[in-house]
Amino acid sequence: MQMETNLMSPPSTYLFLSIFLVVAIVFPLVPIGLAKLWSHTFTPAKPGHEKQSSYECGVVPVGSTRIQFKSQYYLYGIIFLIFDVEAVFLIPLAVAFLDLSLGAVLAVAVFILLLLEGLAWAWTKGVLKWQ
Amino acid sequence: MAVDPHVTEVDVKALNREGVHVTSLESLYNWGRSNSLWPLQFGLACCAIEMIAATMARHDMARFGAEVFRPSPRQADLMIVAGTVTKKMAPMVVRLYNQMPEPKYVISMGACAISGGPFRDGYNVLNGIDRFIPVDVFIPGCPPRPEALLDGVIQLQEKIRSQKLSGPDRARHADKSACAEYPVPEYGGGDLSPPYNPEIWSPPPPFGSSDEDESEFET
Repeated sequence: MQMETNLMSPPSTYLFLSIFLVVAIVFPLVPIGLAKLWSHTFTPAKPGHEKQSSYECGVVPVGSTRIQFKSQYYLYGIIFLIFDVEAVFLIPLAVAFLDLSLGAVLAVAVFILLLLEGLAWAWTKGVLKWQ
Repeated sequence: MAVDPHVTEVDVKALNREGVHVTSLESLYNWGRSNSLWPLQFGLACCAIEMIAATMARHDMARFGAEVFRPSPRQADLMIVAGTVTKKMAPMVVRLYNQMPEPKYVISMGACAISGGPFRDGYNVLNGIDRFIPVDVFIPGCPPRPEALLDGVIQLQEKIRSQKLSGPDRARHADKSACAEYPVPEYGGGDLSPPYNPEIWSPPPPFGSSDEDESEFET
């Protein structure tokens, strides 16, 4: 019964929300519109070949600037996460280890086990082998 | 300063006395952008060290709103050509200038950027960046002290505040047909081609071409 009364809140709540929605739309649009109007009236855009070209410290860019990164880099991301996040949590753990309750130690142990699982996965995948 | 042709300077002053400040949109706009000059972050030679010193605590260019050195020309509106422009570097400097959005300004800092300075007779130094891009403020010195750079920035701010947004003598960035990109010289064979942009620079008359020169320079 309590739930039902909460759901059937007075329409003024939704009125507030709609006012917020309108403000959220108008608030960014007005400055953008004013800036567009200003630039249209006073400072016209001057696109050009040099200006539109890629910025390469003043040197003429060679080839496409849409460089593709190898998706294999995700392995570095995962291993970084395992070792770095672990280190970040292990240092405060080591400092406060003697004052921790059993529950806290178990929680940390589960967390480290989760990360170790990732390490084991990477190991079996052969990522750690230097090629 | 008059907002409207019907409002005279006397009216504005009378209003100021009453605590009412009247200004034009143009003055407000110019005041704003003159106090937020964003320089392009690059240095060519020793003048750049003085430029860096001008941004540090003792001289603190932030007092004039010009401390936000931008690593990309897209965000910059002031180019401080700080140092010797070699012929090999000149195309890059001109291209960077071209890549800056309007309104954009150039400060030519130091003897080298103005005229080649001590390297004027060198085989590889451009004798003044004003041969290729329009320069707004020249700062003499070898190198100019940070105070001189600050003075240059203040001079530029005064220039910006006096610029018009409309009318026949309006600023370049307000003029759709005005040139915003300048031809980039080609470097090859140890020299630049063309050696200068004839539209914005022409070689000075040779010494002795007029009476005045003769009396001054004849040995």
